[in-house]
Amino acid sequence: MIINHPLLGPRDAQEFTYLGDAALIDRPDGLSYPTPDAAMDAMHDYLYQRSNPAGEHRELWYHEQGDRSWLVVTRNTVTHEITRVELARDVARMRGRSK
Amino acid sequence: MADLSLKPITPLGNDAPVRVTIGPVTIAEVVDSAFASLTRRMGQDIAAVAKGAGIPLPAAGKVEQGATYGAFWLGPDSWMVEAPFASHEDIVAHLKPVFGETASVTEQTDAWARFDVTGERLPALFERLCNYDIARHGAGSASRTMLEHLGCYVVIRSATHISVLGPRSSAQSLFHALETAAHSAF
Repeated sequence: MIINHPLLGPRDAQEFTYLGDAALIDRPDGLSYPTPDAAMDAMHDYLYQRSNPAGEHRELWYHEQGDRSWLVVTRNTVTHEITRVELARDVARMRGRSK
Repeated sequence: MADLSLKPITPLGNDAPVRVTIGPVTIAEVVDSAFASLTRRMGQDIAAVAKGAGIPLPAAGKVEQGATYGAFWLGPDSWMVEAPFASHEDIVAHLKPVFGETASVTEQTDAWARFDVTGERLPALFERLCNYDIARHGAGSASRTMLEHLGCYVVIRSATHISVLGPRSSAQSLFHALETAAHSAF
């Protein structure tokens, strides 16, 4: 499988390690919930609930044997077709997750 | 005071750098370059000071050589700066005054073993070693990739000159990998 790195161009998937669902970027802020129980529920869902789609899936990949950047890869889990690759940094900033 | 007459050794553990020629290529241990990593701090602009000091800051996946300093890209906003060891043994002391608080500089000289591979038909050698496509990227490109089991930087200085930087503690393994691939290719 080839991952088209946004900075470095096409690179072999062998150079990457896989983390999982890109929803991991959206870690809930416990202090922003009205009650501790609500915060606990949000953190529970964040930690344990994953969708497992047969089809398009956004996932985190780490270019460990390359420039060590985190990527958000949109991949079809049925065909392995990769339709989009973004730097996780840019995705997180777009969602107001990072400075 | 104790007389500490310490004897420097090369990454391969010898007095003098090793140099072997296998077919059309020569693999040479290089000990005359100093390295430091340079990372821009958030919100800072270092392009102008770097230019003023003659330190190139190449684009992603590239290497550039200036008069004294060379540099290759490591990651977003991060570069490896190279300079001659004789004049820049303490490379951080040269770089820190240039960048001050705008960038983080870390000495890297003794972390790496540098092997320069020179000669014709280098792509034939490197296609046995790593996923990084030498022929497609060409001169002026540099990338981290995996050689055998080692994370290494492959720096294409010209079509007939490639530097490989590998972890110094695995210098023997890296040298063995280069030699073995050269014997296999030629």
